[in-house]
Amino acid sequence: MPLKSRHLLGLENVPEEDINLILDTAVSFKEVLQRPIKKVPTLQGKTIVNLFFESSTRTRVSFELAARRLSADVTSFQASTSSVNKGETLLDTARNIEAMKVDMVVMRHSAVGAPHFLSRMIKSNVINAGDGTHEHPTQALLDMYTIKEKLGKINGLKVCIVGDISHSRVAMSNIYGLKTMGAEVYVCGPATLIPRHIEKLGVKVFHNIDEVIPEVDVLNILRIQLERQSVGLFPSIREYRTYFGINSERLKRAKKDILIMHPGPINRGVELDADVADGNNSVILDQVENGVAIRMAILYLLGATE
Amino acid sequence: MKTLLKNGKVISPIKKVNEILDIYIEDGIIREIGKNLIKENTVVYDLSGKIIAPGFIDMHVHLREPGYEYKETIETGSLAARRGGFTAICCMPNTNPVIDNEDTIRFIQHKSANLLNDVFVIAAVTKSNEGKELAPLLELNNAGAIAFSDDAMPISSAEIQRRVMEYLKMFDGLFIQHCEDQNLTKGGVMNESIVSTSLGFSPMPPIAEEIFVIRGIILSEYLNARYHVAHVSTKGSVEMIREAKRKGIKVSAEATPHHFTLTDEAVRSFDTNTKMNPPLRTEEDVEAIKQGLKDGTIDAIATDHAPHAIHEKDVEYAYAPFGIVGLETAVGLTYSVLVDGGYLSLEEMINKFSTNPRKLLKLPEIRIEVNEKANLTILDVNKEWVVDKYKLNSKSKNTPFHGFKLKCKPYGVINNGMVEIFE
Repeated sequence: MPLKSRHLLGLENVPEEDINLILDTAVSFKEVLQRPIKKVPTLQGKTIVNLFFESSTRTRVSFELAARRLSADVTSFQASTSSVNKGETLLDTARNIEAMKVDMVVMRHSAVGAPHFLSRMIKSNVINAGDGTHEHPTQALLDMYTIKEKLGKINGLKVCIVGDISHSRVAMSNIYGLKTMGAEVYVCGPATLIPRHIEKLGVKVFHNIDEVIPEVDVLNILRIQLERQSVGLFPSIREYRTYFGINSERLKRAKKDILIMHPGPINRGVELDADVADGNNSVILDQVENGVAIRMAILYLLGATE
Repeated sequence: MKTLLKNGKVISPIKKVNEILDIYIEDGIIREIGKNLIKENTVVYDLSGKIIAPGFIDMHVHLREPGYEYKETIETGSLAARRGGFTAICCMPNTNPVIDNEDTIRFIQHKSANLLNDVFVIAAVTKSNEGKELAPLLELNNAGAIAFSDDAMPISSAEIQRRVMEYLKMFDGLFIQHCEDQNLTKGGVMNESIVSTSLGFSPMPPIAEEIFVIRGIILSEYLNARYHVAHVSTKGSVEMIREAKRKGIKVSAEATPHHFTLTDEAVRSFDTNTKMNPPLRTEEDVEAIKQGLKDGTIDAIATDHAPHAIHEKDVEYAYAPFGIVGLETAVGLTYSVLVDGGYLSLEEMINKFSTNPRKLLKLPEIRIEVNEKANLTILDVNKEWVVDKYKLNSKSKNTPFHGFKLKCKPYGVINNGMVEIFE
């Protein structure tokens, strides 16, 4: 059974059965990753290009590993080393990729909708690896995979996303995916970092993290961008840490098996204390590991839609 | 030159005329009106089933010349205007150089001197449109500027705006404002709504417009000066303007066809032709604008025709410039949405496109009478047609209405001794 779409641009309109298919497929690829030889011939002969117009280490490496372990030919570039700085437009970049007969493009871009734009221009499958403040679907899929792996289900769980919701593609993709999968989604952060109208997406908004902690099964903690302070969105790191930072003191009131998640990179001691990040409830490194399996599943499933 | 228009239905709301008549025009002047006119050596047009109305004017057009001739020129923009049924357009001052000096006005007047359509110049209110120092408003007025605007570059300082309005009041000049508090819209690309939240786009809240509208109304009342709100796009603005008019404050307003036709749901397509400023708003706002047009709160329909080249629009949404072309779709959209939709009668539509804006701009009334200048727009109101962006006469093709099925198509324009009948 193939996916409904040739591209993975976001989770907003991805149906439950497609999410389940990706999560289930990832289970078998995770098994591959436990083998001494972590490679299968599934995508032999396919060419994948990672187009990263915004710097990234972990997502790019994760996609590269996923492609290599499926035996695809993969090449990556960062904007700083490409012709983008010479003023080439995305449209021209797209035409060049098309001319080079690439099968799949993994794209990260600072502009909302850039992968959607690309997907209309080229015949290759396009995978969104993060577009501005819009979506980051593979991150949300690996988050859901991790939740399901640790807690056995997603449906009915209460998941709180903490921090800068306004500028987070991780938050948006998680909201869409988790809602589709039947979870209850909370967001918690300073009012200035939560976009208007978000409750219309069916999420509950909180500004007091201590009110939320005892209730929830999962805390997904976002990185707080220090530059938001200078444009007046929050007063200081100290105030943020005091009122929204996750620490062991706060977690005393949490459920015993609460999952602590973070998409990384962590500002230790700001949004998340080091002992919690490295503690028993933290599944942050599992997220990273599962990221490769999820991305293998997506490449495999999209590669099979031809 | 002699022209005889046969069997057209003449609608002149000013004179309360609404009947099928023949019009005989000689050298641009209406010489005879009546039934069954017969003339020798005359070009005769059979206008059976067509409407003859006083010439339409679009009081909000970006002609891009001088400075951005790759987007549009006075010539191509004028052609688009005529094909859109307009015998007059007013061009906005955000050109390069900015229209803040007599020379640039003269340049535009010179370039448009021999056209069928009139081109009236709207001058900048501050030097270089920077919102800091007053432009030579008396001189610009004497050079023929028809109105004054900060379009695209809203004045941030209330003090400067006060001085602009005070100065213009000396000759009762019309100040047309682009209402936007740019502190509130910084980095924004679309309306703030569930759609901007869903798509993660930086928002432009409706209050950014409304804060300026109320500021302008307060200044207008305080100074007893005229104040015209360009492209009204929010429900709140419509309500404040309605209330101000009720109080007798000298405020007026225009709305664009795109703001009464589309909502911000269109942005979900990521089509950069849905990106304009003010942005597309919600269903509630669209309804408020239609009601505002219906009850007279909004005086005029204007297009905010804003041509941009394909390479400028064919980019990531955030990087695309704001604006769409509008001259050639305005009449069809207005008829289809507002007249067919039951909001305006045909007479009221003619008022929004001709009588009202001309009055605001202090242009002479167009009377369809003997010995008057023939300044006429001819419409094929029952014509159904499909918008094809590749067939636009404008140099730029940036329209979100490609493929739209519309009713009512401009059929011809007559002005300045010239006649153009299409098809």
